[in-house]
Amino acid sequence: MGMLISLRDWIDARFPMTKMWEEHLSKYYAPKNFNFWYYFGSLALLVLVIQIISGIFLTMNFKPDAEHAFASVEYIMRDVEWGWLIRYIHSTGASAFFIVVYLHMFRGLLYGSYKGPRELIWIFGMLIYLALMAEAFFGYLLPWGQMSYWGAQVIISLFGAIPVIGDDLALWIRGDFVISDATLNRFFAMHVIAVPLVLLILVVVHILALHEVGSNNPDGVEIKKNKNENGIPKDGIPFHPYYTVKDIVGVVVFLMFFSIVVFFVPEGGGYFMEPPNFEPADPLKTPAHIAPVWYFTPYYAILRAVTIDLGPLSAKFLGVILMGAAVVILFFLPWLDRSPVKSIRYRGPVYKFMLGAFVVAFVVLGWLGTQAPTEGKTMLAQLFTAVYFAFFLLMPIYTKLDRTKPVPDRVTG
Amino acid sequence: MKKQLLAILLLAAPALVFAAGGDVHLDRANIDPSNKESLQRGARTFVNYCMSCHSAKYQRYIRLGRDLGISDEDVIENLMFTGEKIGDHMDVAITKEDAKMYFGAAPPDLTLVARVRGIDWLYTYMRSFYLDDSRPFGVNNKVFPNVGMPHVLWELQGWQEAVYKTETDAEGHEHKVLEGLELVEPGSQSPAEYDRTVRDLVNFLAYMGEPVKQERQALGIKVLLFLLVFFIFAYLLKKEYWKDVH
Amino acid sequence: MSGDGVDTSKRRFLIAATTVIGGVGAVYTAVPFLASWMPSERAKAAGAPVEADISKLEPGQMIRVQWRGKPVWVVRRTDEMLGDLPGLRDRLRDPDSVDPQQPGYAQNLARSIKPEILVLVGICTHLGCSPAFEPEPVPQPYDEKWKGGFFCPCHGSKFDLAGRVYKGVPAPLNLEVPPHNYISESLILIGEDTTGVV
Repeated sequence: MGMLISLRDWIDARFPMTKMWEEHLSKYYAPKNFNFWYYFGSLALLVLVIQIISGIFLTMNFKPDAEHAFASVEYIMRDVEWGWLIRYIHSTGASAFFIVVYLHMFRGLLYGSYKGPRELIWIFGMLIYLALMAEAFFGYLLPWGQMSYWGAQVIISLFGAIPVIGDDLALWIRGDFVISDATLNRFFAMHVIAVPLVLLILVVVHILALHEVGSNNPDGVEIKKNKNENGIPKDGIPFHPYYTVKDIVGVVVFLMFFSIVVFFVPEGGGYFMEPPNFEPADPLKTPAHIAPVWYFTPYYAILRAVTIDLGPLSAKFLGVILMGAAVVILFFLPWLDRSPVKSIRYRGPVYKFMLGAFVVAFVVLGWLGTQAPTEGKTMLAQLFTAVYFAFFLLMPIYTKLDRTKPVPDRVTG
Repeated sequence: MKKQLLAILLLAAPALVFAAGGDVHLDRANIDPSNKESLQRGARTFVNYCMSCHSAKYQRYIRLGRDLGISDEDVIENLMFTGEKIGDHMDVAITKEDAKMYFGAAPPDLTLVARVRGIDWLYTYMRSFYLDDSRPFGVNNKVFPNVGMPHVLWELQGWQEAVYKTETDAEGHEHKVLEGLELVEPGSQSPAEYDRTVRDLVNFLAYMGEPVKQERQALGIKVLLFLLVFFIFAYLLKKEYWKDVH
Repeated sequence: MSGDGVDTSKRRFLIAATTVIGGVGAVYTAVPFLASWMPSERAKAAGAPVEADISKLEPGQMIRVQWRGKPVWVVRRTDEMLGDLPGLRDRLRDPDSVDPQQPGYAQNLARSIKPEILVLVGICTHLGCSPAFEPEPVPQPYDEKWKGGFFCPCHGSKFDLAGRVYKGVPAPLNLEVPPHNYISESLILIGEDTTGVV
């Protein structure tokens, strides 16, 4: 024991080990009233680790070559010992990442976690979300199936909608006149090293910003305003051991759901792995119905909802702009929300209604994005696109007018 | 908590309304992946009929034998014809160029066909060929109109003819619509026997699409049981510590 | 929040139990990842037994075949070569092939099934280089009394014409005799003890 203590002191004199442990775990005081929604931050971190480890092992057998990519995935599924498990973990992890991140973001909307003084946490979080979308997009090309190929074809063609430079930009991204070996090779580099590096740095920054300001909570009360004589927030408890033991429970429950998908429904009903992607990429034949993977479909539906030209601006270009705006607008949330309270618990009926409408719009758009367009469905997509943007654009007005309840001094239950 | 569950259900809604696609009615294949004899019969049909033109280039003979409970000797004796090695992939002798010349398009590799098309589609497709003089091979298919493939199993099934009915559309035009198929010349198998042959074949194709499926599910049960035990202790630990807080 | 009435022994037990279960889970999770480094089905298929045709192999000559990616030597030894083997006893580390570097049927003086035909894995037992074949019994810079054998250029290990290692060299063991058998008089199957299914 004495040896261990002197080893610790030896390290501490040279590296802030104990200091970091205390700052981020044993003396990081988190509000004691975290509920269900507060599991998804640590779960997102877990999924990141799962993806990095399974991804590293996949690169050991994957071949980023248009001739061999598809076959190398089947090689992993059949010939490599346990390769199937590693691959299913990675493919399920991709969808799990978005499920967890969407719930994590929804928590922010519920409890106003993006509001001051946590604007930067939200911004860094949004950057993580962007990086994650890039990561997923690059990764989806790699199996070199029909959906990989034509999905990438469609997304890259979006850049072609940008006036003047569009076509050259699309050409530059592909590195060829069509999606080809060159595209696959550079997407592989982006997927396995460039974007993961950015992602890791952003995650560190996100957590550093959080630990600087302190966590929000379901009451939206600043616990740092009420400290005891030792300077410890009265409503705070040390993250370790209280939230570490709690998060372990969350992790185990999450792993149960994760395992159910990996071992029993790895294709996720055709949503996590799309059937046409079991057919090798064929540049001469588009599958009958192509749709992006489920986590992109709300934006895809918004893109397709734009069907009218506006003066010199084509519907194609406007669709791309609107799709981009749907993501970018999230960055401005901290400044769009003018409500004096953070948590939904003390907000008025208007915000509750608008948030509900937003969730419905996001889900319905997500569903529409998987469907082949019909006249009726396009109209539905237009309606819910309007709802989606109304939530943000009208926010400065309705959050100011909305009735609010008094916020207590201390957290409740 | 109820609201939270509802929210999660809402987010999962798209998965619940997923439609299996296609407007044609598909018969249920009802395969039994644990039935080794069915798989073996399917494998025999596959190498005897399908592999004249279609490859299964990601599947190894040796794996097939092991998974289906056929000894290496029997695999070589009964399932391999062209002097390959047991560790080889189930490739086909016909070259892509030749195949393209005969059929207009190269016959697709079938290793993963069950994962692309689905088992019900395959089951229905193999039973839906009918005589049609306008097609190069004299047959057409109900679920895959104008398919460029001959009815390879005709000796077993015999020949079917299409039965049409007349429908009148909103503008008063009459259309001939394919209603069903009728066996006009029996083959060596009765319809029930032929259905079984196709079911075995589809069972085999489903196996080949994902050879590890049975093992995967068996392991899944163990993993879930382990996580359940882990959950109990993790939960008790959490409860014990949180006594301090409440 | 208070520290009163904490049941420390219960906490300790639960921490230990959760840690053990979590640890077991972590170890089991690591297995598939580590096992994925084992030879794949493709590597095993490529590593299947190979045939070596010795009908044109002259006495004193060697042919090389590849088995599992490794060089396998087949040498037809002359009577003089075989005659030199017993006399080397004192200079060898393991003259009687006690270490299991050969199948049982090759644990004899010539380390082979048929005395004249030597089959060896051509990988030095020191650090994996492939030794050179030096059959002539002429003085060598590394050995004045050389009776013919194999010399590893990497670190100077010496083996006689039965693949037995000399004393005083870095290699610890005799060269490995792979499992092999005779399909016919002039055809050797390398990689299997008996002729079965290929």
